[in-house]
Amino acid sequence: MTRRHQNFRNYRQEQRLTQQRVLAAAVFVLLMAVVLMARLFYLQVIEHELYQTKANDNRVMLVTEPPPRGLIYDRNGLVLADNRPIHSLTVIPERVESFPKLKQMLSGIIDISDSEWEDFDSRRKEYRRPYQSLTLKSQLTDEEWAKVSVDLYKLDGVQVEAQLTRYYPYGEAFAHAIGYVGRITSKDLETVDKLAYQGALFIGKTGVEGFYEKTLFGEAGLSKVEVNARGRIMSELERQNPTPGKDLHLYLDARLQQYAYDLLGDYTGSVVAIDPTTGGILALVSKPGYDPNLFVRGISVDDYAALRQSKKLPLFNRALRGGYPPASTIKPFMGLAGLEYGFSSWTERYFAKGYYQINPDGRRYRDWKRTGHGWIDLERSIIESVDTYYYQLANKMGITPIHNFLTRFGFGQTTLLDLSGESHGLLPSNEWKKAKYKEPWYPGDSVNVGIGQGFMVATPLQIASATSALASKGHYFYPRMTRLVGDQPAEFPDGLGDEHDIVLKDQRNWGRMIDAMRKVVTDPHGTARRLQGTDYEIAGKTGTGQVFSLQEDQEYDADSLEKRLHDHALFIGFAPARNPKISVFAIFENGGSSSKPADLTKALFDAYLHDDYPARYDYLKGDKND
Amino acid sequence: MTDSFYRRALSFTNARLWQLVHVDVLLMGSLLLLISGGLFILYSASGQDVAMVERQVFRLVIGLLICVALAQLPPKYMRRASPTLFIFITVLLIGVLLFGVGAKGAQRWLALPGGLRFQPSEIMKIVMPMMIAWYFSDRQLPPNFKQILAVLGLIVLPVLMIAKQPDLGTALLVAVSGIFVLFLAGLGWRYILGAAALAPIAGYTLWQFMHDYQRQRVLTFLNPESDPLGSGWNIIQSKTAIGSGGLYGKGFLEGTQAQLDFLPESHTDFIIAVLAEEFGMLGCGVLVLAYLLVIARGLYIAANAEDNYARLLAGSLTLTFFVYMFVNIGMVSGILPVVGVPLPLVSYGGTSIITIMATFGILMSIQTHKRAR
Repeated sequence: MTRRHQNFRNYRQEQRLTQQRVLAAAVFVLLMAVVLMARLFYLQVIEHELYQTKANDNRVMLVTEPPPRGLIYDRNGLVLADNRPIHSLTVIPERVESFPKLKQMLSGIIDISDSEWEDFDSRRKEYRRPYQSLTLKSQLTDEEWAKVSVDLYKLDGVQVEAQLTRYYPYGEAFAHAIGYVGRITSKDLETVDKLAYQGALFIGKTGVEGFYEKTLFGEAGLSKVEVNARGRIMSELERQNPTPGKDLHLYLDARLQQYAYDLLGDYTGSVVAIDPTTGGILALVSKPGYDPNLFVRGISVDDYAALRQSKKLPLFNRALRGGYPPASTIKPFMGLAGLEYGFSSWTERYFAKGYYQINPDGRRYRDWKRTGHGWIDLERSIIESVDTYYYQLANKMGITPIHNFLTRFGFGQTTLLDLSGESHGLLPSNEWKKAKYKEPWYPGDSVNVGIGQGFMVATPLQIASATSALASKGHYFYPRMTRLVGDQPAEFPDGLGDEHDIVLKDQRNWGRMIDAMRKVVTDPHGTARRLQGTDYEIAGKTGTGQVFSLQEDQEYDADSLEKRLHDHALFIGFAPARNPKISVFAIFENGGSSSKPADLTKALFDAYLHDDYPARYDYLKGDKND
Repeated sequence: MTDSFYRRALSFTNARLWQLVHVDVLLMGSLLLLISGGLFILYSASGQDVAMVERQVFRLVIGLLICVALAQLPPKYMRRASPTLFIFITVLLIGVLLFGVGAKGAQRWLALPGGLRFQPSEIMKIVMPMMIAWYFSDRQLPPNFKQILAVLGLIVLPVLMIAKQPDLGTALLVAVSGIFVLFLAGLGWRYILGAAALAPIAGYTLWQFMHDYQRQRVLTFLNPESDPLGSGWNIIQSKTAIGSGGLYGKGFLEGTQAQLDFLPESHTDFIIAVLAEEFGMLGCGVLVLAYLLVIARGLYIAANAEDNYARLLAGSLTLTFFVYMFVNIGMVSGILPVVGVPLPLVSYGGTSIITIMATFGILMSIQTHKRAR
């Protein structure tokens, strides 16, 4: 190594140079230390509040505890909607290292379908609070639960959570009355307190479950907790316990409901039974129903498509929304209207031919009996269901009195039943036709309405409710599903009382009309004479509703028609006639003859009035009678 | 602060005795101050894990023993050994690249018989300034252009090898320790300014050499909010911890960010955030002051060292120690990217404690082996 400079090196100068550099470095160190302190000052003093808020947001979490949902009981204390513990497989996505790996590991343990994974993946990618668990598979069977529990330690982020789910023990016959709860959608959240529903698995969608959602839900518990970064709760800062939802006690009689459903057989149709002394709905059947349990944790696409595409429309609530011509079941009301406005009397006689004409040479409105009924009066017009009598009566009255009178029985408006989704049917009027068709009301329109056809459409609930009003001689109670909310009587909306009276000019007409309806059964020519032989009196009225219009002289020939074009078969009735405890409306869609709903009604009366149901319904008996 | 001031301050004890065992009392005192404060923070940061604190104490005691042992070795032997050591460690670095072991895509250790592992890059932090200081020890200062190029060559080779492992933090510190020697040796200001102007190009070149996860760190540093649950989480949480601490802090063991585990790596790289959260800006100020005390004594030793080798080495080691601290606090508080540099002597674990204590051993040796004048 050459050391050519050695002799000339000025060590003092070099020492000074390096010492200067050390000094410069010291200045640099100080400057940089000031930079650090300035940075800390910025974060800790200037931005302090911002970060304090952030730290609190990190640490404090609001946890809602869903309250146990109120149960729904029938009149005999039978639980129709229950809460059941289930075990669900949940995953905290943040703790999962690799989803393909997890998927592969789980596939060796339990069956998780592709759609369950897809559903999970889409919810995982939505915005949510980190470290919250998401359900991967709900309602594990005991076997699945056991299998997963064994391997749980290997599966990071996977856990089994116990939850309460809704369970409907008695299935499809009750679906349209009780309704169901289903997975909470973002649309549902617009109408409720989002925070309260944070931990909830479902929300009431239809039926009683939907209508009484607020009551059944109760109040969510709310606690402020301190959590660590992995979402584990370290301590509770504040707590408000959940208030359980209130139980509902319905007027519904589970045995009657199931019996009515079964008696409809293979027909589609509806049965509504009401206790005229209270307005309580004893049975509200729409057939076919569906299994409401399918909806509780979100219905699968396949199941939903099957229900939606079924020609029998199982999801359609016929009792509340089915629009049917009331047909001849309207005649007792039409008769009372005639009496009320002086267009008919009990004594006036009428010669009933096989048809009715407004003008000679005009269109012939046919009676169901081609040969006619001969000389009859109002009472016999009910007993034999004389069409021509009501053609002429309606034509004499015109639509306005008909409209006004039937309005008093609730036609053309909702009954205010405590179920949502009720439709108001159609009670036509001059104004309605002008608005709808821009045409005047023709006399022929009245003639059709006279026998409950033409423009008039009513729901089973409306007809049943009007029948109940008739049975109680105008002492009318609004129909009601729910008897007790918790231990308080159910309230009525809009400050309505639970009843209102329909007062006729001559109140004796109630009794006379009921008498006439009694004779529908007891008279040798009564259209429901097949119901004779009971140890109590039945008052009733048959009806067959046209599904399609017959031409003037065309005859109805059931054999040559497809079943779906058969007439609807209807019946209204109540018993015991002089002191009614139950009134029923039944309709068999395309049932042809009204004997089917009449027989059904009698079977219900027998069972209900004698508390004597077939033994196969013992499981629906409940544990309390009141 | 003059030497006589220190002498007077030490009059309560026998200065000669300390001279005899080659311990610089002031440096040792400020180090112990820093270390004990660090253990205090670690207790909180570890979630009151006494066993962890005990392991740290054990490591520090080993470090102190090495420090005192190295202090016995006169600087001239260090100087003579410098080139040999440099070549040896460089060979080991090549070995790491070929046969190294490691985890998470980084290959940093050499496996030794008996299950022990050895990290040559850590030693390079000391050997690099020794080498460069040795290079200048018999050359006239300031360095000429040729010498500068030669020195840069010496620096670049091991740094690239370390960066390739990849271990950006260590590579940076090794590079810096060499460059500091160059600076202290009197590198012309025009070179310094020129280098500053070329920094963007260097930055681009560095980017090309980076692994994806390193690039991710830089991108996250530039915009942590872009990925708040992923790679931005650490920096957001550490800023939140620091900021929420305020001027006086939330109190010992009361930091919610640290105690509830929102703060990641709270006992290692991010430990300063625990201090900042629980003791506020005041606590941080005291810690920074403790560091400055150590650094001040180190620079004093450098300025008063006997020869160029000792001056350059002592100065560079002290400044590297400062860079350690600055980079760590800078990254935790969000003014530098997260490069995985621990807070020296305070962060839990790592071989860094041993090497850092070794550097202070060298400083003590330089201070206590001076011929009496």
